[in-house]
Amino acid sequence: MANAMANFSNIIIPAIIFYMVAHGIIHKVKVYEEFIDGAKDGLKTVVQILPTLIGLMVGVGVLRASGFMQFLGGMIGKLTEGIGIPADIVPLVLVKMFSSSAATGLVLDIFKTYGTDSYIGMLTSILMSCTETIFYTMSVYFLAAKVTKTRYTLAGALISMVAGLVASVVLAGMM
Amino acid sequence: MLNYIWAFMILVGVVYAAFTGNMAAVTDAALGSAQEAVSLCITMAGVMALWMGLMKIAEKSGLITGLASGIQPFLTFMFPKIPKEHPSRKYIATNFIANILGLGWACTPAGLKAMESLAELEEERGNTGSIRRASNEMCTFLILNTSSLQLIPVNMIVYRTQYGSANPAGVIAPAIVATLFSTIISIIYCKIMDRKKGGRK
Repeated sequence: MANAMANFSNIIIPAIIFYMVAHGIIHKVKVYEEFIDGAKDGLKTVVQILPTLIGLMVGVGVLRASGFMQFLGGMIGKLTEGIGIPADIVPLVLVKMFSSSAATGLVLDIFKTYGTDSYIGMLTSILMSCTETIFYTMSVYFLAAKVTKTRYTLAGALISMVAGLVASVVLAGMM
Repeated sequence: MLNYIWAFMILVGVVYAAFTGNMAAVTDAALGSAQEAVSLCITMAGVMALWMGLMKIAEKSGLITGLASGIQPFLTFMFPKIPKEHPSRKYIATNFIANILGLGWACTPAGLKAMESLAELEEERGNTGSIRRASNEMCTFLILNTSSLQLIPVNMIVYRTQYGSANPAGVIAPAIVATLFSTIISIIYCKIMDRKKGGRK
């Protein structure tokens, strides 16, 4: 199962690249020029997030170096480690609900400390891929619709977050 | 929100370090992290440019529009009460496709349009009032959005590359499985709530 997954992971990117370029050529798109154009946008995005990334990585770095994170993780971790959730994952899950970029700071810290291919590294990778910034999305979108009573939205969002967490723990355990 | 989170990290970090004698480590971390953010962005620039370039081709070749019309049956299943010609369907479709492909910049505008359009649908239904309640469609739309629809976690692949993963793309398959699982759970939840609260209109 894990092997089949690795194979699929390996072929998906070449397959997508091939399909997109082929589809473009068939529909007479100037593929190279459009690619360059899009690549420029991509670079702009990266430049735009650089300041955010510096700010947040410094924030996480400071908090970690101070020893506060280990202190906090040690307390919560005792409760969660029994069900396969390492202490470092707990703040990550909480922060991710509010801000994707702040979560990124924590993710990179985990990768640096434990490596990307360890259990915790894999768990982090999968978890961040299958969860969203619940509170941010809800507040922006409901503001657009001028809605004040959000009814069962939050409950549903939290259920899907838990589902993602469970799936991540199971899948990371299989890797 | 981020103002408080960031201030919390910096202030608590410095104060805690002062009490535990980790000031030197904090100095190193502050300077080192800033430097590291720049080198991460350099790694990221290549992959992001590649991905966005490909997406531009997909946009121009009509692949994205094609995908949007491809998910119409799914929209009919999830939102049976939105009329077939209603503009909200187009926005919802665009938002879902942008989410699935991981086009962050395209998700939010389409998502906001979808919400506005769903609000208009509520007005057409005669549900106006000072306290605006979310319609069932809005709840479903947002729950699906927050369940994460993204299939290829491009950012994660970049971060894994930067931190020396032996197989950065190894996250793709498990990520797809986990995303599908959380989305299916959300769909089931929305369907149950839709049935339960459908008659209250």
